[in-house]
Amino acid sequence: MSAPILSVENVSKRFGGVVANDAVSLAVPEGAIIGLIGPNGSGKSTLFGSIVGFHPVDGGSVRFRGEEITRYRVPKIARMGLVRTFQQTHIYGQMSCLANMLISIPQRQERFLASFRRPKGEEIERAESLLASVGLWEKRQLAAGELSFGQQKLLEFAMALMCEPRLLLLDEPTAGINPTLINGLVAQLRRANAELGITLLVIEHNMRVIMNLADHLYCMAHGRILAEGDAEAIRADQRVIDAYLGAQ
Amino acid sequence: MSGARDWWLMAALLCVGIVAPFLFPALVAQFAFLWLMVVFALSWDVMGGQMGYNSFGNILFFGIGCYTTAVVQRDFGFDYFAGLGAGLGLSGLIGVGAALLIGRAILGLRGHYFAIGTLGLGIAAAEIAGGWHYIGAGAGMVTPVFPGGVDTRNLFFYGLLFALAGSCFIFLRALYQCRFGMAINAIRDNEDKAEAMGLHTLRYKITAWCVAAFFLALAGGLAGNMIGFIDPRDVAFAGATYGVWMVLMAVLGGKGTLWGPVLGAAIFHLVQELFWTYLLGWQRVALGGLIVLIVVFYPQGIMGWLRERRAGHAVRDGEAQA
Repeated sequence: MSAPILSVENVSKRFGGVVANDAVSLAVPEGAIIGLIGPNGSGKSTLFGSIVGFHPVDGGSVRFRGEEITRYRVPKIARMGLVRTFQQTHIYGQMSCLANMLISIPQRQERFLASFRRPKGEEIERAESLLASVGLWEKRQLAAGELSFGQQKLLEFAMALMCEPRLLLLDEPTAGINPTLINGLVAQLRRANAELGITLLVIEHNMRVIMNLADHLYCMAHGRILAEGDAEAIRADQRVIDAYLGAQ
Repeated sequence: MSGARDWWLMAALLCVGIVAPFLFPALVAQFAFLWLMVVFALSWDVMGGQMGYNSFGNILFFGIGCYTTAVVQRDFGFDYFAGLGAGLGLSGLIGVGAALLIGRAILGLRGHYFAIGTLGLGIAAAEIAGGWHYIGAGAGMVTPVFPGGVDTRNLFFYGLLFALAGSCFIFLRALYQCRFGMAINAIRDNEDKAEAMGLHTLRYKITAWCVAAFFLALAGGLAGNMIGFIDPRDVAFAGATYGVWMVLMAVLGGKGTLWGPVLGAAIFHLVQELFWTYLLGWQRVALGGLIVLIVVFYPQGIMGWLRERRAGHAVRDGEAQA
């Protein structure tokens, strides 16, 4: 595998007395699709927050493309090309779906004066084609807050692609999505990875989806990395089974 | 889009604005105040409506404009018009500078905390102005006498305030159509998401406040001269009247819409004049009652209410077709 685009070393995060992340280490190789599984409350979303600078970590280091980003704040990390989506949808509710997409263009070199221009034709085309790819083209003029939860999730995914990240952290992308749409979404994720070269780190509870999708999996429990390996190894790992079903 | 309708409405308003002072020469001063109210509501809505940051301290920039213009006129030795022009120019600069500095300090606050933080601004400024002898302290400042008759004077300030309101509207309309408008809407709808997508949120927030401050400072410079006397508490930093009205007018017309603040300012000013004429003695009670009614029955404002009705129709039409 190629050099890691993201490496997390011994990251710890405590909320009061609760240790949400306890010396977590993982590596995401460039171009890979990595899965992150674990029971509810095992610290997966907290780890995402620690990576993208959503809260200060209590120890450890996060490196993205070789750069130490542990102390950076959210917008700066996002502009470097590391973007996360949320488990609960975060969209701009009163704005149209199209506007949600147009404001999500990459901000990497966004200069101050550039904010005083109107959206370009090619941006609108790209936004519309991405909306079409998640089945929301007909709803493009509708306020995003009017969409169902599942549709908001798809919109948020499309917004993330609009942002052209290098590494995308997806927090339960298929939760709340109509089962018939899940296969389409998985295909979308694969295409984003293969065609756009976006590395993916995915939290997912749907085992069928994540086992199919991910090249490599990490399993968390009680704030620690419990096991890692490919789908077969994880499925066979007794510690993983115990964590999910409860060890006797 | 509603582009064509916007232009028709703007052309109609332009005609009304030009004809009104000649049709009703006795009311020119009232009309001038109407345009001042439009500037108040429009500039407040940049932050309060479009960006979701309710500011109760915008009156600060108005007061800065009042005093800066008057000081330039008093001390710089220009004739009346040059002094007014220079004063207005400097007012705009100082207003924007103040918004930059204060914005940097308090725009990290969100939601209610920002609103409460701004509450102190106008009050503190009024206290400072009331004790500062260079600008007349509690006795206030008298602006220079206009070289001309009362009617010419009224017409002059009417024209300037009309031009200010018009250019404020056109500027904001253009601003809301570019990425800046989308960005401040995004901050209103979900600031965490805007940050997670890498938007320069603080930069947008400060710029939005600077825009509001610029127009308010110019309005202050003009209004101070039109009124002729700058009292620190009742004119310049009149938080209890102008400061509250700018919020109310925007809310009445419809926060976060382009035409809402204009409509709200027009209705509010008209109703207020009627109360003062027909309910003298009870005018403030009536105004207070009206405010309660507005918030209870039109929390979305008139434009918001219209839009909801239209959206309701659209949904029903869509269902009928399906």
